[in-house]
Order: sequence, then structure tokens, then C-alpha cells
Amino acid sequence: MTAPTLPDVSGHFGRFGGRFVPEALVAALDELDAAYRSAKTDPAFQAEFAGLLRDYAGTPSLLYSAARLSARLGARVLLKREDLNHTGAHKVRNVLGQALLAKRMGKRRVIAETGAGQHGVASATAAALLDLDCVVYMGEVDTERQALNVARMRMLGATVVPVTNGSRTLKDALNEALRDWVASVQTTHYLLGTAAGPAPFPELVRDFVGGIGTEAREQCLALTGGLPDAVAACVGGGSNAIGIFHAFVPDEGVRLYGFEAGGDGVETGRHAASITGGTAGVLHGARTYILQDEDGQTVESHSISAGLDYPGVGPEHSWLHDIGRASYTPVTDREAMDAFQLLCRTEGIIPAIESAHALAGAIKVIPALRDELGREPVVIVNLSGRGDKDVHTAGAYFGILDQNETIVPEENL
Amino acid sequence: MSLGGAFETARAEGRPLIVGCMPAGFPTVDESIASMTAMVESGIDVIEVELPYSDPVMDGPVIQRASDIALANGVRTRDTFRVIEAVARTGAPVVLMTYWNPVERYGVDAFARDLAAAGATGMITPDLIPDEADEWLAASDAYRLDRTFLVSPSSTDARIAMTLRHCRGFVYATALMGVTGARDSVSSEAPDLVARIRAIDPEIPVGVGLGVRDGAQAAEVGAYADAVIVGSALIRRVLEAPDREAGLTALRELGADLAKGARGVKR
Repeated sequence: MTAPTLPDVSGHFGRFGGRFVPEALVAALDELDAAYRSAKTDPAFQAEFAGLLRDYAGTPSLLYSAARLSARLGARVLLKREDLNHTGAHKVRNVLGQALLAKRMGKRRVIAETGAGQHGVASATAAALLDLDCVVYMGEVDTERQALNVARMRMLGATVVPVTNGSRTLKDALNEALRDWVASVQTTHYLLGTAAGPAPFPELVRDFVGGIGTEAREQCLALTGGLPDAVAACVGGGSNAIGIFHAFVPDEGVRLYGFEAGGDGVETGRHAASITGGTAGVLHGARTYILQDEDGQTVESHSISAGLDYPGVGPEHSWLHDIGRASYTPVTDREAMDAFQLLCRTEGIIPAIESAHALAGAIKVIPALRDELGREPVVIVNLSGRGDKDVHTAGAYFGILDQNETIVPEENL
Repeated sequence: MSLGGAFETARAEGRPLIVGCMPAGFPTVDESIASMTAMVESGIDVIEVELPYSDPVMDGPVIQRASDIALANGVRTRDTFRVIEAVARTGAPVVLMTYWNPVERYGVDAFARDLAAAGATGMITPDLIPDEADEWLAASDAYRLDRTFLVSPSSTDARIAMTLRHCRGFVYATALMGVTGARDSVSSEAPDLVARIRAIDPEIPVGVGLGVRDGAQAAEVGAYADAVIVGSALIRRVLEAPDREAGLTALRELGADLAKGARGVKR
């Protein structure tokens, strides 16, 4: 199967995507689309972007052959080390691309939404580097559980606005950023944090983070002499996943696995698995899989990972799911934390809890893959981010830190 | 009464219509019916029933709070039809304002059928642009419902023309760039936008929303618009009232003030 190049001219991935936005934003989306088309074919823009990625963000990130982990899992596991990028995640690629686009459009102010804080920190970083004003909307609940990232954003010169509407999490931060944008489109670029939202965001974010997959593909060929058998990534909004999947979509033999946040288990209703446990609908500007009740009201998501705690997903994933090119399955909080610990102990790498979902999912599919292939499979796991921001969550989960974030004596464990 | 009839009557009288907006089920289904009925009795011409939604990106804090209260009290899509039915019985035209996802979830054709059966004249869709509206265009034709899309100061003339071709009943001109909510002064962008609309289509009635909070402002906007749409200011009267009766009284006072403003318009 060869996947067609999507989105189409109207921003649709099959029945997904599109623009479900107030008319007030259409002009800005058209402007962004035009700026992006012209930047895409402008060698000067591409050179500037590539230069920033190389000299500032520290890419290409390593493709690391994780020997101890591989031995444990019975597969050759290659970790795409996006955690080593500047700001500690894949997100720096997207923000540098979009901040350059903002400058190209003559906009001096960027706004962003953030859940775990990672995209907020990345946005504040790019804004500082490129001398743009930056306002970050963050659900009040998330400002509390990610206080260190709030501090980072402020140090970088950004204004952090805690959002007190609705569930006071990422979903509401996104609504608030959209509201700001409706009122400020002439001077402001909305630096959307994932490959979701109205067209052209899913496409341009995918393209800005697409280097993950192109790099991994080349690195895997160089390292193993062939393509991987599978690529695994976590899926919240889905930017790191689409970033690594995209280059492999035409490679029919490479299985693409997206792992969603299963929370307490999809059957419990407390999860953030929009594809596995959701239905098609419209949220935040696009038609895609979302968590909703029978009246179309958004249902609150749950995940131990603030970065995956979002009731929607980028429309391209919904389409890849529908055509069967990628498979999406949930990973519970517990499975993710088991994988988190395994990676810490076998490889000396503390991953973001998001990325631990990707690893946990890989661990689950490896046995079947090995049986099917009759050999040890080569699996690339996208290690989308580092775990610094999640140390307090993981510390509490493992009983290492107490409620006041002080160390629990080892003899009490 | 049909909405078209209401616009004709108001035009003949040389005044704008006042459209009052309130979420269905705020704070309860019965109380929202009482509020909207009081609005009609106080002289508001058209009732815009908003379907409460969890992620209302075009709404400011006042309407969102009211919608949240309605949702927390368990209001459902089918309750919104009941509210429309009850308010339509007063004789005032009733139009539904809704974000798109609840419609899609209900089923576009079934939604249009039940909306028409409840007696609504049509639907305003703040996050559905004609570009994505094929299903709604077909369903609204099938059930003879008006459809109101929004235009904005940032819309190009080409987009305004395209949008007007798809509107029926009236077009909603968002008077300034920003979300709903009463403001101290109304936008200077609104008259320009209305003029651009009229240059393209002199016939279609134009409703102007966002920001009007009293009769004087209604008169000011009504000098150039066919309908003045008021939401947050009315809802705030209910939110801030110490009890139910006081809320209804405050609603009637503002309704009367707005109606008086509309009738005092000099064109």
C-alpha cells in the first residue's frame, strides 16, 4: 500500500482534519498557510531552519542501540534520543520552525498552550532566541503539577497564564489560546504545540518534526543495513509519533505502532486514549477521534503523564488508523511506569513518562513480532523526551518522594 | 412568527430587532424557559437559544460560566429542543446557536429534523464555516431551516461574498475581533464590516453581535444593523441576581431598556 500525500488542498486527511474554526481565524490560517507554502520552497528559510536544528537544538539526535534493554526484551531496540535535544524533547523542532515562520509573517508575539510544560518551555526558548514576545496558557491544575516548568518559562521571559476555566488542564489552555488568537491575529502567531488543530497546523507541525523519522530511517540503514521492523511512539496529540512515522509511511514492511495513554485502563473510563476509546468528532478546529459523551460534550481525559492528558489526537493519526497503516493501542499508567523503571535500570536513561508509554507498548508487541518474523525484530522506540520534568511524579509513584517532595528514607520503602 | 417576517416588520418600522441570547438549561431547563419567556415579554424580538457546550471557544467567560452551570446541572441536547419548543410557543422567532460537534454527534439530518420540529427558524454555527458545511447545507435545505454563518472584520470580500451566498435568514457580523462579552464601548470596526456586507448583498439582514450591554448601545448599533445581538449582559443579570425572582426582574429591566433603545433608533 502506498499512502497518498495528504492532507489534500482543503486540509483533510480522508474524513479527518479540516477547519472547524470561527470565521475570524480563517484569514490568519490562510496567511499561515501561504507563508508556510512559500517557506517550504525557500532555500533561505530551509537553510536557516536546518542551521538552528543543527547548531542550536543539537540534531540529528542519536539513534542509540540499547544493548542491555535489547537483551532483556529479545529484540534489537534502537532508541531515537529526542531527549537529548535542547529543551529535552522533540518539541524544539516544531517551535523553531514555527517561530521562524512567525518572524517571516512579521509577527512579534507568539502564544502557546502547554500541558506538561514541555511545549511551553520550548516555545519560551524559541521566543527568547528569536526575540519574540511569548505568552503561554496553561491549565491551573497543570501549573501546580509542573511548577518547575512554569519557573523555566518565566526565566526565559515568557508570561504564563494559568487557565481557570473548565477542567483547568490542557484542553482548556487550548481553548484560551484560541480565544486570545481570535482577538489578536493581526499581531500574533499561535504556536500550536502538536500536530492537531485546524489546517494547516497538522501538516506544518508534522513537517517541522518530520526530521525525527528521516534521521531515524537513515541512521537505522547505516546501523543495521536495513529498515526497522517496527517503529513505536507515544500518542497524546501525536506530534512526536507523526514526526517519526511520516518518513516510514511509504515503507510497507515497517509496522507503525502508536501507544495511547490508557490511564487506569480504557475499560475504566479514566484514560486519554482518543483513538482506542474515543469516537470521531470535532474538537479544537479539526475532525478527529476525541473523547466525548453521547451528546458530543468533551469528556475529561486522564493519564499519569500530563503530556498525554488530552482528549483529542492529531487528524493524521485518525486517518492512519482508519486506513490501517498504523495501529494504535493503549498502555496503562502502570505499564508505562514499569517500562520507565526498566529503562532507568538497564540503560541509565530517565525517560519522560510520555516516552515510557512508547517503550511499554514496544515491550507488549515484541513477543508477537518475534514469533511472526521468526527472529529478533529491530524496533525503533521514539524516546520523545527526557524525564526531568516528571521526576516528582515518578518519585511519588515509586514511593521515593512523599507529598512534600522530600525523600522517603530507603528503609521505609 | 418567521424570522423573515420579523425582519420585514422591523424594517417597516425603521428599527432593528433585538436578539437576546441565553444558554438552554441555565441554570435549569425550566428556569431557562422562564428567563427566555421573560425576555420576550419585555420586548426582545428574537430569542437565540445557545446549546451549552464543553469547549465554547467563541464565548467569553460569562457565557461559558452559564453553559458550565447548565452542563453541571445535567442539561442534554434533547433538553435544548424542549426549551426551543417552549419559547417558540410565545410567538417569538427562536434560533439556535450551537458549536458543531454536538450536531455532528446527534446526526446532522436528525438534528435538523428535530430542530425544525421544535419550531426553531434556523441555526447559528460559530465554529462551522461554509467550507466544511456540506451536510448542514443539505439538511437545512431539506427541513427549510435558516442558516447563519459568521463574518468577521478579518474576512476578505471574497469570503464575505461566499459566506453570504450560503447564509439564509440573516448573517452574523462579529463586531470586533474577540470573544463575546459586554464591553464599555462598541466596536468601530462594526459599521465598516456592515457596510462591506451591504455592498455585496444589500438585501440580507445583518445581525451584529459582541459587546452590547444596554439600550443606548443597542440604539448605536441598531443605527446600522438589522439586528442587535445581546448575550453576556443578559446572562450576567441572572448570574448576579441574589435569587430567581430578582434575576427575572433584572432580565425584564434590561430587556425593556434594549427594546426601548431599538425603538429609539434614528436612521
